[in-house]
Amino acid sequence: MIRLQQIQRVFQVGEEEVHALRNVDFSADKGEYIAIMGPSGSGKSTLLNIIGLLDRPDGGTYELDSIMTTTLNDREQAHVRRHKIGFVFQFFHLVPRLTAEQNVELPLVLAGVDKDERHLRVRETLGAFGIGDRARHRPDQLSGGQRQRVAIARATIMKPSVILADEPTGNLDRASGNDVVHILEELNRQAITLIMVTHDPELGERAKRRIKMVDGGIEEDTGS
Amino acid sequence: MHVQDFIQLTVNAVRSQRMRSFLTALGIAVGIGSVVLLTSLGEGLHRFMLAEFTQFGTNLIGINPGKVTTHGVSGALISNVRPLSIEDAQALKRIPQVVDVVSVVQGNAAVEAGKRQRRTTIYGIDPAAPEVFKLQVASGRFLPDDPPRAARSFAVLGSKVREELFGSGQALGERIRIGSERFRVIGSMESKGQLLGFDLDDTVWIPTAKALAMFNRESLMEIDVLYEEGSSADEVASQIRKILIARHGSEDFTITTQEKMLEVLGKILNILTLAVGGLGGISLLVGGVGILTIMTIAVNERTNEIGLLRALGSEKNQILGLFLGEAIVLASIGGLAGLLLGVGGAWLLGFLVPALPTHTSWTYLLAAEMLAAAVGLLAGVLPARRAAALNPVDALRSE
Repeated sequence: MIRLQQIQRVFQVGEEEVHALRNVDFSADKGEYIAIMGPSGSGKSTLLNIIGLLDRPDGGTYELDSIMTTTLNDREQAHVRRHKIGFVFQFFHLVPRLTAEQNVELPLVLAGVDKDERHLRVRETLGAFGIGDRARHRPDQLSGGQRQRVAIARATIMKPSVILADEPTGNLDRASGNDVVHILEELNRQAITLIMVTHDPELGERAKRRIKMVDGGIEEDTGS
Repeated sequence: MHVQDFIQLTVNAVRSQRMRSFLTALGIAVGIGSVVLLTSLGEGLHRFMLAEFTQFGTNLIGINPGKVTTHGVSGALISNVRPLSIEDAQALKRIPQVVDVVSVVQGNAAVEAGKRQRRTTIYGIDPAAPEVFKLQVASGRFLPDDPPRAARSFAVLGSKVREELFGSGQALGERIRIGSERFRVIGSMESKGQLLGFDLDDTVWIPTAKALAMFNRESLMEIDVLYEEGSSADEVASQIRKILIARHGSEDFTITTQEKMLEVLGKILNILTLAVGGLGGISLLVGGVGILTIMTIAVNERTNEIGLLRALGSEKNQILGLFLGEAIVLASIGGLAGLLLGVGGAWLLGFLVPALPTHTSWTYLLAAEMLAAAVGLLAGVLPARRAAALNPVDALRSE
């Protein structure tokens, strides 16, 4: 469950103050499938970053799974991020010197999970995403679609309650893009909340709930 | 995060840039290598010097005439320094802990034997000299125990003088002329070698009273006191002071215990070792700057990765630790290589130039490796702090 109330985010650009988010109210129930759309600079990425606890709002409150995150310190926020949130990025963000397996393992390593359990979970997850045979390949030996699968595997290995995807198909051809969307939708069917920022109207149409942002505010919300 | 995972991540990062890591570690290796090599040289020199100075024994106290003080009046208007006499030396023998006393007068004179002549160092000395200075008689015997003021004209030759004057011929019983006086050779000494370039074998030993007369001196140059093993040098020195003040009326002499001298010498040599080590430290500093540079570049290159790690839920401290760890791993690898370099260099130097004393001590090696790690830590702090302080959103966005 996500509940944002009166969220504000202001950036200082030179002399000017830019209001990236203006008193945004937004909430989502567990297992929702939401697409956030809107023109560049409308604040959709900022909203996603705040939901993902990568960015702190300048005002307002944010509650995630009944945790009031806006009062947590940096360390506690890192802990929440680690266990509750999975990120999928447009540019995959795989560590180039690590194999697919090691990339997927990374969140478990950071969380201090034991080696044996880690290997079990990584094998299982890679298998489930159909890239078990690519486990020992490095990112530069993988296709774009395979890279994004590795990234999604990494985002889900901690069994998060929310997956945040920022233009997940933006850097893929149509076939791989569809592939990736199907994987994300399959995860959504397993009751993981999926919030996706996209420019692509076709992709947006697939979501059950669509939010359109303009100039730091929510202009349109189809509701759930 | 588990320790072995932490180590694996940092080592992995270091290994992924082999050439760069190698060159950076090389900088530290050269620094540590030179520190080890130079301190080995310093320590070798230290031991060499101490061995040179203790070859005469360590339970010695030297007494010289005159007191080293600074007075307000320029120049000695009235000299009230009494000479150290043979009788002073004899008086010191009464101290219970004193084993023996040797009075010393030194000078230069021509020594003539048959047609051969040689200018050499003449020592006026007491019969106890072999025992006190740990000298060995090669043939014949040392000066006999005559009454000090009425010693007979006997001479004992240093090994070099004996060889120069008599070659392979017989020296014992021969007559020689020193200055204007005639002496009979009654013995010759084993070779003792050189002390700081001073040839101890190019000497002739004669009774003290004869030397005083020969060089027209009133005062002994030095009295050396050998005391019992295990008794306190300071206690013996204070008794000597008491006796001599009673005889002279004031403290117009200087007492130097070998113990004090060695202590001072040791201090000087330690400073020397430290100083040459410091010279090596400069190259280590340069190596540290190398690590700082590479880590700064690494943080810039991997800004994206830092953002990702933050997104995956790592704390700032973990990021800080990872980059610090990387710097320390780099420095420690360089340090180990440097130890090999330094020890190998010292060994090679000892092998090629045997005259050059080198000594590598384990404590220095350990300290050098710790130093390398510390340099890594220091050099890593700034870049690592920068990495940890990055805003995750900006870090992820950078390309």
